[in-house]
Amino acid sequence: MISCAEAVRELWNYLDGLVDDAERAAVEEHLSVCRRCCGELEFAEELRGFLAAHADEELPPDVHARLAATLNELEGR
Amino acid sequence: MHGARAEETGPADAARRRFRELAEPELPRLYRLARRLVGEDAEDAVQDCLLNAYRKLGQLERDAAAPAWLTRILVNCCRDRHRRRARQPQEVGVDDVEQFSLYRKLADEDPFPYSDSLHLDFLHRFGREDVQAVLATLPEHYRAPLLLVYVDGFHAKEVAHMMKTPLGTILARLHRGRKLFERRLWDYAEANDMLREPVA
Repeated sequence: MISCAEAVRELWNYLDGLVDDAERAAVEEHLSVCRRCCGELEFAEELRGFLAAHADEELPPDVHARLAATLNELEGR
Repeated sequence: MHGARAEETGPADAARRRFRELAEPELPRLYRLARRLVGEDAEDAVQDCLLNAYRKLGQLERDAAAPAWLTRILVNCCRDRHRRRARQPQEVGVDDVEQFSLYRKLADEDPFPYSDSLHLDFLHRFGREDVQAVLATLPEHYRAPLLLVYVDGFHAKEVAHMMKTPLGTILARLHRGRKLFERRLWDYAEANDMLREPVA
């Protein structure tokens, strides 16, 4: 069975679907017996959502207007 | 609004209309990404991107590929700006963060001993501006893949193609970028006095 360090290293790739079948099986085998790594997995999921939610930013209306003006200019060429 | 050209139906007019239709819906996403990559230069970077993309429109084979295509051009524009202004963040040693686990760090340090949801409570201390400040400390070659995958939802393979970088390199940068992000969250919380139990 893989170690905690190996499992933790693969957790995000596991969540992102970037592991092959053998790696997925190895991670899941480890998770089935390791409560701490299950906590790591849940936290990695939280952190992923946290990053997506907090890195978002609205396009300010004045910036949008200037960028749209560029598109207008290009369309009018 | 563009009635003066409404009767123009040549291939050049169609191409210009097509460009606008493809680019305009992407503006909020492109700007958001540019803000994370070049900060206050974001608007100029998106302008550069639009001009470059317009000139290269003939290279876009399928409209469905436009979001990734525009993103690739934007990332290159942002890199150019970094190079020109020599503002590329200093390379950081990441060996010391390879083994860092924010989950374990929180469990070990237990900054909120009365909390029954320690890890979530830690994340809830961060506002949008705090996260943006943390992201800004990451070197661009880690920050860009992180944002493209976890904020914009591109697959790592698409990011590798966009950045003309081998997939293995992108996966390694994602791994190190995530670890560095975790480490910098902790460092930011320490530096900003966020590791204390709130006063009731």
